[in-house]
Amino acid sequence: MQKNAYLGLGLLIVVLIALPFVLPNSYYTDLAIKIAINAIIVIGLNLLIGFAGQISLGHAGFIGIGAYASAVLPAHFGLHPAIAMAVGALTAAVIAGVVAKPIFKLKGNYLAMATLGLGIILNIVLRNEAQWTGGPDGMSVESLSLFGFELSSDKQWYWVVAALLAFSVWASLNIIDSPFGRALRALHGSEVASQVVGVNVVRYKVSIFVLSAVFASFMGSITAHYVGFVTPNIADFFHSIELVTMVVIGGMASIFGSIVGAVLLTALPQALATFEGWETVVFGCVLMLCMIFLPKGLVPTLSAKLGKGE
Amino acid sequence: MSLLEVEDLSIHFGGVKAVQNVSFSIDSGIIYSVIGPNGAGKTTLFNLITGVYQPTSGEIRLDKEMIQGKSPDRLAELGIARTFQNLQICMNMSALENVMIGAHLRLDRNLLKAAMRWPSLRRRDNLLREEAAELMKFVGVEQYIHSRSDSMSYGALKRLEIARALAMKPRIIFLDEPAAGLNPKETIEIDELIRKLSGSGITVVLVEHDMKMVMNLSDRILVLDYGRKLTEGTSAEVRKNPDVIAAYLGTHA
Repeated sequence: MQKNAYLGLGLLIVVLIALPFVLPNSYYTDLAIKIAINAIIVIGLNLLIGFAGQISLGHAGFIGIGAYASAVLPAHFGLHPAIAMAVGALTAAVIAGVVAKPIFKLKGNYLAMATLGLGIILNIVLRNEAQWTGGPDGMSVESLSLFGFELSSDKQWYWVVAALLAFSVWASLNIIDSPFGRALRALHGSEVASQVVGVNVVRYKVSIFVLSAVFASFMGSITAHYVGFVTPNIADFFHSIELVTMVVIGGMASIFGSIVGAVLLTALPQALATFEGWETVVFGCVLMLCMIFLPKGLVPTLSAKLGKGE
Repeated sequence: MSLLEVEDLSIHFGGVKAVQNVSFSIDSGIIYSVIGPNGAGKTTLFNLITGVYQPTSGEIRLDKEMIQGKSPDRLAELGIARTFQNLQICMNMSALENVMIGAHLRLDRNLLKAAMRWPSLRRRDNLLREEAAELMKFVGVEQYIHSRSDSMSYGALKRLEIARALAMKPRIIFLDEPAAGLNPKETIEIDELIRKLSGSGITVVLVEHDMKMVMNLSDRILVLDYGRKLTEGTSAEVRKNPDVIAAYLGTHA
């Protein structure tokens, strides 16, 4: 089972390396970058939702924290972007950690509501603190330089984001197949069984929530630097829902499913643009058909059909 | 020497007194059974001792240490293992992984090391895989070593739970109706397995409805009825006790 997964990682790396030579123009490079950014966030979210079985409807809030840390801290406080990024991730981790303990005493619908509220609060803060964040109009973000080398062209960004994606997949596969990852999956499979073998379930739920928040914040920072501009929309409720949809469509508890979900939900709206005004209807139909015929998500359903687990 | 002592243990759910003032002690190394009619409070008693429920009053001591009110994961650290009457198998994991999770507390659970595929972690996991396969052999489900858990039969899953509990290297194991729903042949196999467990030095506490099995296996038997202790003793003593006969068969007062 694990061998197949690492084989998949090899395949992914080959695709990531080949892609820039196939992509016809910068529009597609831009799309590929956005897909990869979403894929990384969705992988983190899938660790929480698919593997640990806990929902979060507020993850865009953490993306917002990272994005605005990278926008605000260098602009208003002269911090180096790399430090701003770290401060953002740390802030997201602390907020996630502090709110997670009471939140994870809740289950099911209540957990969904609590995380939803958290996301909305973070979004409101970004909208209202206009003297720092520019309010609803957003603000521009300094460009990012690494080791004195400024990231400017799409091609450079592509390589950075592709490397991050490959690394995230590798690290996540490792986590799943480790004592930590088994504990996570066990508390999803049977919470009481995992408790009686010694798994401190609250601690594990909090840890994975914090980890997925850090994934989100970090990629929020990357997005901000790449786009060069942030608005509070990055942290809004619909973005959170979109991410959860990517997890579900691609496949719960499937790392490669996360990538497929990100590809589909990022690229499909663009591809459907030709339908003019009807694109959301077609988009909705595609999602509904996916859920009716592939209820476990694309990758798990298809890999089961091919007779081998991921 | 008594390993587990229960004193005056009670739990009330609203007005329902599911377990009332129950006291007993279990010597190290024996097979101890808890019997009683349906609803007598046997599983509730297990849930109290293993930390799934918090007692309303009373004391539980493991090796002289007070353990009542501790969470299940803390009790696991002290060497208490259990299986469940209604199966609690992680169907999202392979059969082997279900056994491996039993060794949770003996492993390095560091998240960063896990993400970086730390060599020592990998080596330990590989050893554990072999150990878990051995345990599956020990409980007699070796044909499922490479299977998904959701492809296993009910009887095999019952044994898989025992293998998971054994992976904890427990001092005392609580088996909640290990033979329920099994055919006579499987019941005999479970009987043999429990003898093997006991032979390896683990104290076994059993809730079971199969009276033949209980009478054959048990060193001592506790009889519960309506949440109260009816009597306690060897199988010969319990069998002759008129209160027990009345509780099971009914009586014309």
